[in-house]
Amino acid sequence: MSLNLWLIPVLPLVGAALNGLLGRHFSKRVVTAIALLFPGAALAWALLVVSRALGGGVTLPYTETHATWLGSGAFSVPYAFYLDQLSIVMMLVVTGVGFLIHIYSVGYMSHEGGYYRFFSYLNLFMFFMLTLVLSNNYLLMFVGWEGVGLASYLLIGFFFLRDSAASAGKKAFIVNRVGDFGFLIALFLMIKHFGSLNFDQVFAKVSTMPVEAAGMGLLTVIGILLMVGAAGKSAQIPLYVWLPDAMEGPTPVSALIHAATMVTAGVYMVARSNPIFFRSPTALIIIAIIGCLTAIFAATIGVVQTDIKRVLAYSTISQLGYMFLGCGVAAFSAGVFHLMTHAFFKALLFLSAGSVIHALGGEQDMRRMGGLRKHIPKTFWVMTIATFAIAGFPPLAGFFSKDEILWKAYSSPFGGSWIYWAIAVFTAFLTSFYMFRLWFMTFFGEFRGAEHEGAEHAGHGHAQHGAATHGHIHESPWIMIAPLVVLAVLSFVGGWIGIPHALGGHNQFDQFLSPVFHVSAEAMPAGEHPGARVHEAAAEHAETNTELLLTGVSVGSAILGLFLAWLLYYKRRDLPQKIADSLGMVYRFVLGKYYVDEFYQAAIVKPLLAGSSTVLWRGIDQGLIDGTINTSADATRDVSDGVRQMQSGNIRSYAAWVALGAACVIAFMIWMGVR
Amino acid sequence: MNSSALNPYILTIVTFIPLAGAVLLMFFPRRDRDIRWFALAVSLLTFVLSLHLPAHFVNGQQGFQFEINLQWISTPNIHYHLGVDGVSMWLVVLTTFLTPLCVMISWKSIHDRVKEFFILLLVLQTAMIGVFVALDLFLFYFFWEGTLIPMALLIGMYGHERRIYAAVKFFLYTMVASVFMLAAIIWFYAKAGTFDFVALQTAIQAGQVPGFATAAPWLFLAFFVAFAVKVPLFPVHTWLPDAHVEAPTAGSVLLAGVLLKMGTYGLLRFNLGLFPEQARSNAPWIIALAIIGIIYGALVAMIQPNLKKLVAYSSVSHLGFVVLGIFSFTQMGLTGAVYVMLAHGISTGGLFMLCGILYERRHTYEISQLGGLATPMPVYATFFLFTVLASVGLPLLNGFIGEFLVLAGAFQAKAVYGVLAATGVIWSAGYLLWMYQRVFYGKVKHDVNLTLPDLTAREQAALWPAAVAALVMGVAPLLWIKAIDPAVRAAIQPVVQMTTQVMGR
Repeated sequence: MSLNLWLIPVLPLVGAALNGLLGRHFSKRVVTAIALLFPGAALAWALLVVSRALGGGVTLPYTETHATWLGSGAFSVPYAFYLDQLSIVMMLVVTGVGFLIHIYSVGYMSHEGGYYRFFSYLNLFMFFMLTLVLSNNYLLMFVGWEGVGLASYLLIGFFFLRDSAASAGKKAFIVNRVGDFGFLIALFLMIKHFGSLNFDQVFAKVSTMPVEAAGMGLLTVIGILLMVGAAGKSAQIPLYVWLPDAMEGPTPVSALIHAATMVTAGVYMVARSNPIFFRSPTALIIIAIIGCLTAIFAATIGVVQTDIKRVLAYSTISQLGYMFLGCGVAAFSAGVFHLMTHAFFKALLFLSAGSVIHALGGEQDMRRMGGLRKHIPKTFWVMTIATFAIAGFPPLAGFFSKDEILWKAYSSPFGGSWIYWAIAVFTAFLTSFYMFRLWFMTFFGEFRGAEHEGAEHAGHGHAQHGAATHGHIHESPWIMIAPLVVLAVLSFVGGWIGIPHALGGHNQFDQFLSPVFHVSAEAMPAGEHPGARVHEAAAEHAETNTELLLTGVSVGSAILGLFLAWLLYYKRRDLPQKIADSLGMVYRFVLGKYYVDEFYQAAIVKPLLAGSSTVLWRGIDQGLIDGTINTSADATRDVSDGVRQMQSGNIRSYAAWVALGAACVIAFMIWMGVR
Repeated sequence: MNSSALNPYILTIVTFIPLAGAVLLMFFPRRDRDIRWFALAVSLLTFVLSLHLPAHFVNGQQGFQFEINLQWISTPNIHYHLGVDGVSMWLVVLTTFLTPLCVMISWKSIHDRVKEFFILLLVLQTAMIGVFVALDLFLFYFFWEGTLIPMALLIGMYGHERRIYAAVKFFLYTMVASVFMLAAIIWFYAKAGTFDFVALQTAIQAGQVPGFATAAPWLFLAFFVAFAVKVPLFPVHTWLPDAHVEAPTAGSVLLAGVLLKMGTYGLLRFNLGLFPEQARSNAPWIIALAIIGIIYGALVAMIQPNLKKLVAYSSVSHLGFVVLGIFSFTQMGLTGAVYVMLAHGISTGGLFMLCGILYERRHTYEISQLGGLATPMPVYATFFLFTVLASVGLPLLNGFIGEFLVLAGAFQAKAVYGVLAATGVIWSAGYLLWMYQRVFYGKVKHDVNLTLPDLTAREQAALWPAAVAALVMGVAPLLWIKAIDPAVRAAIQPVVQMTTQVMGR
């Protein structure tokens, strides 16, 4: 039975093409209908596919091959789609959250110019994202990978009249290209050594290879290069710099692309490549370290941000770090679990933030908010659920997924360590703190916007409705609230499918994904992996106790974060400034985002441009090469001028030339004769 | 399929219809409108006829197809020998595809000496096609130099302010380099008594050319110099930016789209075909130049204040990929190289058309004079972005396929080649998107730009075919590759055989 998986990416593509090519001539209703119909149909088809797949209609993994895309010699790449438990999760997240955000956008973007253009891009994004998660080979995945980058570029720069938006889009694309460079090299290595880029063929070859215990074996190199790609797309150190700037895009874009789906593509790719990583402890350690460092690094920046979307952006980077930490200790299903719950609550956070911004006519600075829970109660309530979810309060979704990662970071036989755990718990505390800081600053206290009433923020996104509605704080229309409610429900209950054994659950999520991850883990002799241990039944009980203890600590840190935020941003609002003053340099360093952007600018961009201009272009091109050529041209002319003198028309001088020539010829003949 | 009665004559027809059209144009009265329509009709007819080639081409068949071999001059023994393989066939179609677009794009921008312009354009087309179909070295050289004169005249007569300087530089640069090739061709005739490519190749392989072993390194270099200047390979590329900036739009399109490919085609056909051993031994430094070209061209493109120069330097970078692919001696690398040739013809041709459209409105290529153009010219901006993305190598568009294959092939040959060249994906995104931002995004900075009209129907008619071709070439590359792949395999066979012999020793 064919599932016709290809329909799932192609349906949104049709929507994108219709609106992109003809949208200018359509009425707004038609544009809306097209924009919702095709992603909606993709979601419906995805649900149908899942029901068939889980109903036993097909055996997973399922592959459908349609045609050869490109090939040369023995190498070829098909247009082929692949469905297994991992792609089911990704597909449902992308189509589900994606469709909700499409609905929300109808309300959010209704006053903006370029309405059809926006939805054309958004549908195009869905096409590429679904191609990415449903592809059966690395190259088609790369198509989606680059394509979502394109959609991201277009949507970040949607308000292209603003220079900051245009620059942010460009920056995102170029930084991602740095990551893609690594990804590409990994693909070349696979072609060279495995002769194919199809998952099944690559992994079949990989599974015959031994674990690379030490040094830089082939799989380690491939793994690290894949991680370079993932670091670009998923905004990890050192390539995270584009994501905060990407907040220039309209808020639904931030929710869909820069929180819920695209930025998780790196996590998906690493999880998908798990057979490679299971055989390379070195690559795993690198992933874990990068994830861990990014998590805490971004969280510290999030603590001092005042732009509501930037807080969420750094939070996203930090949470992605968690996912990579999970993958880095080979707890891929924990990483994907957090990917899913994060998609729910972070999309909800962004969309709620969008609703706040919408209500305030484009205001994004939390210092000019406050007391909004009375004005926009629905937004307040959904945002509250999301905040508690991300902070890790049980029994919300974020608690279970984050806890799973924390536990695995500590206990995983593949390099788990208490150091990871400690950093991750501290990050959890920071997360809770900055999220409740946002919550208190936005919804509690008195509204502080009035003092700044006169100041016009033309620089900010939503300026268009700013003019019309400023001064009147209004709740968003139902078309924006409805998706929020759905996401709020998901953020609440979404974690219940992964309740760990220690808390009396069965972790169905882990079991569901086990065919993808555990097969390759078990295929490897346990002793061969340096960290791998076979767990004894006796140790099981002690371990459960440890797990409960650690869970208690992480919940405690979340509560501590809540308390501290309450103290500083509700009870004693004078304190933050004092603390900031007393910290001085340190505070400014963090506020300046550690000056990483400035460092890249000074160390890479400026020298590159200056060098290209002065050394390469003016120096080599115009000076050296053209200089040499022009000199030789001049020399040629001088010689010709000299030669021209010979043709003077004077008979006697001709005779002299003839005599000279004859002398030369004779001399030459004598010389030859002598030899 | 290959049973058409037209087959032996089709190459002759396709090659000389433009010339016949040019001759007819000479007798036309100076009614510019009729002249334009006639030129368009001739170029479209040529294109349609040239489609006979892929329609009747037999994929995988050994040797050349649609061959015709007649004695032209008895002493010296020069043959009228034409034929194509999978590589040259698609280059011919690229030429016939781009020429009608050039006619359309020159519709309004050329208003003086219109008749001469289209005569030159059609003569140029015959010469370009001739280069790709000629299998007799003398004939090849004849067409090769034949492209030079009309192109130099197009630049010199219809170009911008420094057109004379650019035309002379272009002419001398390539002319001087070609002389070496002529010397090598004459050497061959003196030793082997034939100009015929196929005969020479067989004779060389059989060791029947006296003195070849000692002369081969020099002969290789003689051909190489001629082609390297044309490509252009770093460091002999400096004629290109000047020529492009000064050339009229159609000249730039054909220069970038076809003339540069004559250089890479020559490398593939002659340097690899006649001198496999020298190609092998010289590959390292040639590849080094190619990689320098990729990076250098991109970096210099990045800081160009002039839009057209930027595109010109991007060509240096792209053609670096082609040379890298050719000298990787891998199946993927060579197929990719040929694919980059075709893709670059479409997308850079498109970029030059777009530059020309802008010049007609604004009479400048200075990026600082532009900015914010997406507001007055949204459709134009969309076409431009699409073409930029094709050039950047976005998957599912034409640029990606060739670039990916070249890089994969180069990586197979030697990892460091692939790694260094792959940095090109970063640079190209850098210079093109930065340029795009400065030209199109933000608010309009100069008031004159506020009222710029968007694309006309005629301009769209010239741009749509290129855009569609870029998409189809990215989505269904096998349509081209299935003909290219076998030709490439035949081309690298001697090189690969030689390597295995060396290894065997």
